[in-house]
Amino acid sequence: MTTVEDATAVVHAPTRKIRILERPKETTGWFSWVTTVDHKKIAIMYGTLAVFFFVVGGIEALFIRLQLAQPNGTILTAARYNEFFTMHGTTMVFLVGMPIAAAFGNYLMPLMIGARDVAFPRLNMLGFWVFAFGGFFLYSSFALGGAPDGGWFGYAPLTSTPLAQGYLPGRGPDFWAVGLIMLGIGSVATAVNFLVTILNMRAPGMTMMRMPVFVWMMLVIAFLTLFAMPPVTAALIMVFMDRNFHTNFFNAAAGGDPLMYQNLFWIFGHPEVYILILPGMGIVSEILPVFSRKPLFGYAIVVFSGIAIGFLGWGVWAHHMFASGLGPVAVSAFGLSTMLIAIPTGVKIFNWLGTVWGGAVRLRSPMLFALGFIAQFTIGGLSGVMHSIVPSDTQQTDTYFVVAHFHYVLFGGLIFAVFGGFYYWWPKFFGRIMNEPMAKLHFWLMVIGFNLTFFPMHFLGFEGQPRRTYTYPTGMGWDTMNLLATIGAFIIALSVLVFLVNVIYTSRRGPKATADPWDARTLEWSTSSPPPAYNFAHVPVVTHRDDLWHRKYTEDDEGRLVKLPAGAAVDIEDEAHAPVDPHSIHMPSPSIWPMIFALALPILGYGFVFKNYFLLAAGVVVALFGLNGWAIEPSTEPEHAEEGH
Amino acid sequence: MAQAVVAAESGAVAHAAHEEHTTNTGVSNPKLAMWLFLSSEALLFGAFISTYFLYRGRDAQFRKGPTPDKMFNIPFTSVTSFILLMSSLTMVLALAAIQRGDHRRLRIWLLATALFGATFVGGQVFEFTEFYRQGLTLSSNMFGTTFFVLTGLHGVHVTVGIIWLLLLYGRSMQNRLPTEKSLAVEMAGLYWHYVDIVWIFIFFAVYLIPQH
Repeated sequence: MTTVEDATAVVHAPTRKIRILERPKETTGWFSWVTTVDHKKIAIMYGTLAVFFFVVGGIEALFIRLQLAQPNGTILTAARYNEFFTMHGTTMVFLVGMPIAAAFGNYLMPLMIGARDVAFPRLNMLGFWVFAFGGFFLYSSFALGGAPDGGWFGYAPLTSTPLAQGYLPGRGPDFWAVGLIMLGIGSVATAVNFLVTILNMRAPGMTMMRMPVFVWMMLVIAFLTLFAMPPVTAALIMVFMDRNFHTNFFNAAAGGDPLMYQNLFWIFGHPEVYILILPGMGIVSEILPVFSRKPLFGYAIVVFSGIAIGFLGWGVWAHHMFASGLGPVAVSAFGLSTMLIAIPTGVKIFNWLGTVWGGAVRLRSPMLFALGFIAQFTIGGLSGVMHSIVPSDTQQTDTYFVVAHFHYVLFGGLIFAVFGGFYYWWPKFFGRIMNEPMAKLHFWLMVIGFNLTFFPMHFLGFEGQPRRTYTYPTGMGWDTMNLLATIGAFIIALSVLVFLVNVIYTSRRGPKATADPWDARTLEWSTSSPPPAYNFAHVPVVTHRDDLWHRKYTEDDEGRLVKLPAGAAVDIEDEAHAPVDPHSIHMPSPSIWPMIFALALPILGYGFVFKNYFLLAAGVVVALFGLNGWAIEPSTEPEHAEEGH
Repeated sequence: MAQAVVAAESGAVAHAAHEEHTTNTGVSNPKLAMWLFLSSEALLFGAFISTYFLYRGRDAQFRKGPTPDKMFNIPFTSVTSFILLMSSLTMVLALAAIQRGDHRRLRIWLLATALFGATFVGGQVFEFTEFYRQGLTLSSNMFGTTFFVLTGLHGVHVTVGIIWLLLLYGRSMQNRLPTEKSLAVEMAGLYWHYVDIVWIFIFFAVYLIPQH
């Protein structure tokens, strides 16, 4: 445990206590990252690890595409192919989509509502470490008896049949069930934290209807996470019990019902889709007004549409199960509710277009990605509405049409929004503006690569190519489209490479950013880039929606935009760098305990997967040790302790 | 696991209670977090209770092993259920005691609550053993599967609550639970009452609604 050694090396505290239990005090160096409770540092760790897993999941996708580039591909064995598509899906949903939302949410949400940190900084840290350990726990399965290979939604009884019966040999489904339960614990912790922060810690004057749309979307997804994780946790517990303790939850031979699994999974699974896409919608709703120099068109309608999507998202899950024989009444009801949910989504798209319409549009890279989001998400949305037509859906179920559809919403939508968000907030995150020509190259390569990969899949689906088959014979008429898709996938990989090069280039040569480089509208741009640990020297008092904008601009008698005269306008740079006595602000102190508790989870996980009682006992001991330290330690050290008196 | 985290965080935050600023909703942060967490737990129990109902009697043609009507000892379970419900009363008395600064009574009532809870869990262990002897296992039939997992999950929650109460008791014995940290006891109380209420639902669903 080098961690422990390093902790003791720098702590000069009374030796009466055991030294590893001393509170860490570093503010720089790697140990400060391990023990940080600063929402901004936690966000950067979330983002870095999510991008890492994005690359890993992307490499799995490239192998899948290489295998399918030609008929009778031989690059992967069938078993390896199953592992790769399962881990690709699991990675992109649980290790990229959800953590990237946590990254943006963590960094921006407290800044946007004028808070100094989230409500529970150490719970926040726990969320990150559970994600990190959970991710590596899942991937360790490749070395420890087989990766998950039952698809990202792991249908029972395929996954729940006991190991001895050999449907899925290897430990894959066990790792999958235990890993997802683990990640769910972290997600719920983060959701509770975000909810309390947004509901309780807004700056004076920051009423709910003055909050940026991004914060609203984080509020909605936190509620969705809170209520969506328990049903899937129940389903995963049942899978694990069926597989390891021979219960009969999904064993039809004893009266169990496989449809029960599908219901429980998709009651989680469909809200999960909105958990993934709503942050993207939030990001786009922030970028478009800034680069159109207009307020968001129909703010209230956009907010209520987001809430409506959140509510309706609970009533559409069975459209994932139309082919399973639910009966005409259920199928019609879910078909109708699926059509209904297209309405708030369509409303949002028109509001975004209304925002851009007639604006002084600046086509900088964040704007390009936001516009790409709108176009591609609309295509994905339209193929989604096609799935609400039940006979048509039955035809498309488990074909490449479905693959095309959800990649248009999640890649063409979410991932484009995320990259737009990176280019937009990079100056705030790291104090440097990213290189614009490389950003534009990234955008165009990604648009071309993405559409070349996934548009042909619509046709492949119509022509009957089933998803999840590791190869196909010649003469099916699928050869050209598959080859195009593979070429597209490598163009996407190239575009991501351009992004990574840009990241390295910017960190060395990127121009320094001012507090407000885009002439933006929301509070995060009113503090320095990057912001100090305490975010704001003085807690802002909010008087308007888009408060920062109203501190800079007003309208003349004819409704034209004019800059506030010097003196009346607040000088953002002055305010962002206002001198402040750090001792006047009490920030939460760093802590090691949440990480120690999080460490208990993979230990328990391995204990469950391998039914090793020693590991289970060790896990319980580590968990209690971490919790006890956590409970005894105050969230903020008293002032005199910090100064070493 | 998750409830243990809430327990730790609420205990720690209670330390800093005197520093707490007023919140937008007027509800303190730890309490709001607790309510949100419990609402999430409601769906976990909800999923298992619905599963229990949906599988009831579905295995008639496969049924091996004993059926519920032959095994349940309603008077026995009623008594242990009553003891669990009474522990909510002692929990309230514990909170009232710390709020008036009566630390001796706080300790008595915390211990009484943990003891009542332990009696309930002991009853459950006895019941499980008895059922197992009569041939009901996790895999014998759908009743065995759903009954053991649902009531077992609840039993785990009660056990976590007992550990939480004992930790509070230990801290009080070390004089590290002063009157101004009564929020720590209140949070444990919220969890404890919640677990009791869930048992009322489970008791009705599993034991009192007649099986055919």
